[in-house]
Amino acid sequence: MSDNGNKQHDNSFEPRITAFVCTWCTYTGADLAGTSRLQMESNVRIIRLPCTGRIDPLFIIKAFERGADGVIVSGCHPADCHYTAGNYHARRRFTVFRELMDFIGIDARRLTFSWVSASEGTKWKEIVDETTDRVRALGPFTAYHNLAGGAEEAMAGGVQ
Amino acid sequence: MKELQELARKLLTDGTVGVVIGWEEGPRGIRPYFCTRPEDADKLVFTPRCVHNLATYLSPRRSNVRELGKVAVVVKGCDNKAVAGLVRETQLKREDVVVIGVRCGGVVLDPYGPAELTANTVADRCPGCDVREPHNTDHLVGELPPPPPGEQRTAKLMSELEKSSPDQRWDFWIEQLSKCVRCNACREVCPMCFCERCLADKTQPQWIDSSPHPRGNLAWHLTRAMHQAGRCAGCGECERACPMDIPLMLLNRKVAQVVADSWGYKSSEDPAVAAPIGTFNKDDPQEFIK
Repeated sequence: MSDNGNKQHDNSFEPRITAFVCTWCTYTGADLAGTSRLQMESNVRIIRLPCTGRIDPLFIIKAFERGADGVIVSGCHPADCHYTAGNYHARRRFTVFRELMDFIGIDARRLTFSWVSASEGTKWKEIVDETTDRVRALGPFTAYHNLAGGAEEAMAGGVQ
Repeated sequence: MKELQELARKLLTDGTVGVVIGWEEGPRGIRPYFCTRPEDADKLVFTPRCVHNLATYLSPRRSNVRELGKVAVVVKGCDNKAVAGLVRETQLKREDVVVIGVRCGGVVLDPYGPAELTANTVADRCPGCDVREPHNTDHLVGELPPPPPGEQRTAKLMSELEKSSPDQRWDFWIEQLSKCVRCNACREVCPMCFCERCLADKTQPQWIDSSPHPRGNLAWHLTRAMHQAGRCAGCGECERACPMDIPLMLLNRKVAQVVADSWGYKSSEDPAVAAPIGTFNKDDPQEFIK
């Protein structure tokens, strides 16, 4: 968005948010939000996957390693999965993973899980705006980004 | 002890099995023992220093064990949960193994340490044990000793950690995990880590940095804990094997607690009990999803 450049100019923090979405519901919903010309925060980079069942918790770890400040995971509502049960499996997996992240000391507010159907463009906008505001208030995830690593590639090749 | 030795001798003599995996008295303490000859059966022992979870030798990764013939394995109740786990995940056919259960009153932390079982030396998994007498075994030996002394330290530490702030937890874990030298002992000793090729060893793409630095260590230990969700038998071998004394059971226990609270699943000696990850209910709780 046009005001984004100004914000960066005065050095205020703009979070980088990675969204892992399923292609059948949330990606289509986000597409609808776009074609409907809904104005929303431009901090979210979408990574499209076939199904939430395809989203390994390692994707989230990798996103944080590569410079994300927040992560969204979104897919089809229960009973709507294109592959019948992928979202049910994802729901179980992320129930555990979210608690584990919290136990490790990662603020659960950096993670958003949602169901957004293909017709819910406005809901997608809300999720994006809410998450961006929340993560903006939390500030950059420097604790994770500053973890000593091996190669320099992680930051250099990170999300731009 | 005599009962165990007699049974092993009988199984080896009549050719029911080619090897009995148990424990023996070694030069420094108790160690695992692969008994292949009936005349060696007298070496088998069971004491509170028999800490090792021998179910790890039933993992399909250890093909050299199966070359010895049909396997009989001596298990405590906790170890038997790992046997059930391997059967549940079709890594082992129940009929391919003879399970010899021993009634157990708790083991010590260190098989090479003091032999006496007290509140200070007891292994953390033992106090409050619900499987002192193993179930679903082919043979059951020994007298039932009194319940283990002491209390669970990990459970206490876990609730203290949960009460602290996220920043304190983060500092705690980064300090602990930074000690990791990535020797993979936790993985190698684990009966449930049976993948022929571990995700952490793959380099194209490399999901988990393999060198020991805080970033890669965190990714590895989060992944290991996730992969143990609903699978960990709770034997504590990972923590015992860890040369850097990282409290790995804290992570395993946390995950086990989430699994229990969310779906009522508890690590079980019954292979027929479905694992919680890989199955689902349509009305599972989902308060955290918008």
